[in-house]
This record gives sequence, C-alpha cells and structure tokens, in this order.
Amino acid sequence: MVPLQATITILVALGALAVALTSDLVRLVIVSSAYTLLLVVLFVVLQAPDVALSMLVVGTIGYPLVLFVAIRRDRADD
Amino acid sequence: MTRRVRLALFGVAACGLAALLLWSITGLPKFGDYHGAYGKILNKRAPQERQTSNVVAAVVFDYRGFDTMGEELILFAAVMGVAMLLREPREEEAPVPEDPVRSDALRAFGVSLAGATLVLGLWIVAHGYVTPGGGFQGGVVLAAAFLLVWLAGSYRAYRGLARAPFVELAEGSGAGGYVVIGLCALLIGDAFLHNLLPYGVAGKLSSGGSIPLLNWASGLEVTAAFVLLFNEFLSERAVLIDPTRRPS
Repeated sequence: MVPLQATITILVALGALAVALTSDLVRLVIVSSAYTLLLVVLFVVLQAPDVALSMLVVGTIGYPLVLFVAIRRDRADD
Repeated sequence: MTRRVRLALFGVAACGLAALLLWSITGLPKFGDYHGAYGKILNKRAPQERQTSNVVAAVVFDYRGFDTMGEELILFAAVMGVAMLLREPREEEAPVPEDPVRSDALRAFGVSLAGATLVLGLWIVAHGYVTPGGGFQGGVVLAAAFLLVWLAGSYRAYRGLARAPFVELAEGSGAGGYVVIGLCALLIGDAFLHNLLPYGVAGKLSSGGSIPLLNWASGLEVTAAFVLLFNEFLSERAVLIDPTRRPS
C-alpha cells in the first residue's frame, strides 16, 4: 500500500508543478483538469471513493468547462 | 530588489518550508490510524440502527440530515445567483447555432459514453446508501451525461434534451422535496427530518428508512443544478459563436 501511495503522491506533486509552470491559459485549463484526475486517483488510493466520484466530474469536466467559457468570453470582449 | 536578492530570499524561504513540511510529515499518524470517537461509534452503530451498509450515507442523510439540507440550499442559491447574473444582459433568447461535431470518432465515442454515463449516474444515486456514492456524487455524474451530449453531438441536441422549464422544475422539486420530507416527519409528530419508513435489511435497495427518499431528492437537485449551470454557460457560449453577434 505504501509504495502505491508514495507513487501517486509524487505524481500529484509533479502535476501541481506542471500546473504552476504552464503559462498559456487554455493549456492551463487542460493541464489542471489532468491534475485533478491525478487527485482522483489519490483519493481512490486513500480509500475515499465518495470524494473521488464528485471530484472526477466537478474537477475534470465541470470546472474546466466553466473556465473555457469564461476565457472565451473574456477574449470576445477584447 | 534585484533578481539575485529575490532568488536568495526565495531559496532561504523554500528551504525553511521544506524543512517544516518534512518535519510535519514524519510526525503524521499512520495510514488508517483514526482517533475520532464519533466516527468509531457511528461505524459500529449505524449499520444496525439505520440498516445502511454505507455509513457515510447514514451520516449525510440521517444523523446529519439537517446539515445536508443546508448544503443543498447553498447549491440551490449559488446556481440561482449564477443564472441571474448571466441571464440579465441577454434580453432576448439567443439564436441556436448550428455546431454539429464533424469527427465521426468523437461522435461515436461520445454517444456510447453518454448512455453509459447516464446508467452509471443512476446506479450511483440508487445504491448511494449501499455502496460508495449517493445523491451528490451520482448527481454530478448524471449532469456529465448531459454535457457529453453537447460535446459529442451539438448545442442544438443538448438544448433539446435539457429544456430550461423542465430543468428548473427538477431543481426546485429536488431542493423543495428534501424540505417536504423533513416536514412530513413534523406532521406525524416526530422531529424534523426524523425517519418515516421502515428500516428494512442493510444491503438491500429497500433499506435505510427515509434515506433513499432524501438521497433521490438530493440526486435530482444536484443533477438539475449542474445542468442549469451548464445551460447558462453554454448559452453564453452560443451568443459568442453566433457570427451576427460577434463583437468586431
């Protein structure tokens, strides 16, 4: 169990780094969506399937969608 | 402040933070080492008292059912707020644009996934108090099925499926239904949100007393709230991709 936890925790840390290092806004949304997917796996590994289920949809689909529309609107306003 | 000084300052701060983090990580209790007395008592008593094999659902919809009502109403109010903010600047209904997905692979994948997601969502809501899941989790999965119709089909297909009056009615009855179930307990002389139905046998769909009712009410509310949210954001996008309205 511990090697699995360590692996996914390191992956989450690398994912967070990738989010922080991405500068392009649209790419950032995609990267943060993928990062959320890593968090979902972490939740499953830590035996919190309920949280993982909500996070899966809200973090990887719902939130990116809202951000995309906001970015689109912001660019159309310019 | 020059770049050098800034970097040096950051280096010192980062080392300090890393040291503190390492120190705290080494002091963490072992995985699964849990000292919450309340959780332990519930784990022991809930399966017998409430006949639910998922203790989380018993806490959410029974022991702490009143808190869940508050959470539902927060979601309701938040979505209403978004709808009011986004609807205000649009005086008339935006024309529905034609934006069919042209990739066959994406369409086939999306269509097959939409059905599967719908069934998965219904399953997660229905078995919320038996296995991990419940109204909130299943609700967001169900809303994702609607979103897949838009992603793999078109905005037109999505609008046909998620009609605003229907979604608004569903959201209202989800949030209101939860309160009404609570009030029903008052009517028969019990405390607000007290159990109304026989508890049944744990592990079966007909178990948990009022929990299934409250679970479905919140499932309806969460699904409708998210679909309504998507509606508002997607029609915002529809205005943007309409060539006659694009700001020059």
